[in-house]
Amino acid sequence: MTVLQVVALAAVAVTGTATVLMRDVVRQVVVLGFFGLALAVLFLVFAAPDVALSQIVVGSTVVPAMLLLTLVKLHRSRRDG
Amino acid sequence: MSTGARRALVVAGLAGLGLLAVWAVTGLPDFGHPIGRYGVLAPQVALAKRHVTDAVGGVTFDLRGLDTLGEELILFCAAVGATVLLRAERPGEEEATEESQRVPPRPAGALRALGAGLGGPLLVLGAYVVVHGHLTPGGGFQGGVILAAAVLLVYAAGQLIGLEHVRATTLVELAEAIGAAAFVIVAVGGLVFATAAMANFLPFGTSGSLLSGGTIPVLNIAVGVEVAAGITLILTELLGRALFDDREEDS
Repeated sequence: MTVLQVVALAAVAVTGTATVLMRDVVRQVVVLGFFGLALAVLFLVFAAPDVALSQIVVGSTVVPAMLLLTLVKLHRSRRDG
Repeated sequence: MSTGARRALVVAGLAGLGLLAVWAVTGLPDFGHPIGRYGVLAPQVALAKRHVTDAVGGVTFDLRGLDTLGEELILFCAAVGATVLLRAERPGEEEATEESQRVPPRPAGALRALGAGLGGPLLVLGAYVVVHGHLTPGGGFQGGVILAAAVLLVYAAGQLIGLEHVRATTLVELAEAIGAAAFVIVAVGGLVFATAAMANFLPFGTSGSLLSGGTIPVLNIAVGVEVAAGITLILTELLGRALFDDREEDS
């Protein structure tokens, strides 16, 4: 277990906990993006570059974008009654 | 039970669980050990029999290709499901076009500059990752999401994508369907041209060159097209079809 792997694990733990402890939903989505990036670094450091390539885009861009757009739709539908 | 007693119970339980977890993790073997027999065999078979240098790609699209077929259809069904749900709840055609024609506020200069500068390189990078999936880490899914991210970046930088003579949304739907169908057709082709479904029936070529691995680069391209189109479709439906410039041409 090299230093880099320990640091990556710690980063995943910290960002994961921070995502759960956020109160505002929009900020939670942004921290979720950081969690996705930390997870991508973890995969890379643990010798899984293919998964890391997918996770970089999916975890930092696609999933937070989908979550934000769903929040907008929910907000709009709640506002329209 | 009072709050204090509950809290004490939770802390005691979590502490016990934490001690057990630490004991378990320190008793694990080192990362990478023990090396299983499949881990030794898979790269050898992928290189010797299929002439691919990316063992992960070889396993995903050839040795365990049937699982990937299921995965692709899962993404296809997710995109179709999201499209059906989001189009069914749209209020009416006039209000829908009015909502999608509403121009969003002009994004910041830095974002526009980034979008202009990175849009083209992201497309090239995505195509590179898709096509070289059997040589280097990457492949259809990885390149496909990069392509979808390129489209999203262009939209976030304030530029709507429009095409002449064809609606861009229709093109994206067609691309997704063609990608999924191409995968299934290649799988059935294995049944027709070789002994079993998903069998690798194209010539293998020399390892390390672009044209190697038989059906693996073909499947990579099919998956890349399908994933890019699927994720773009989900995003554009969530945006109320505002990602593309779909004004009807009078041609």
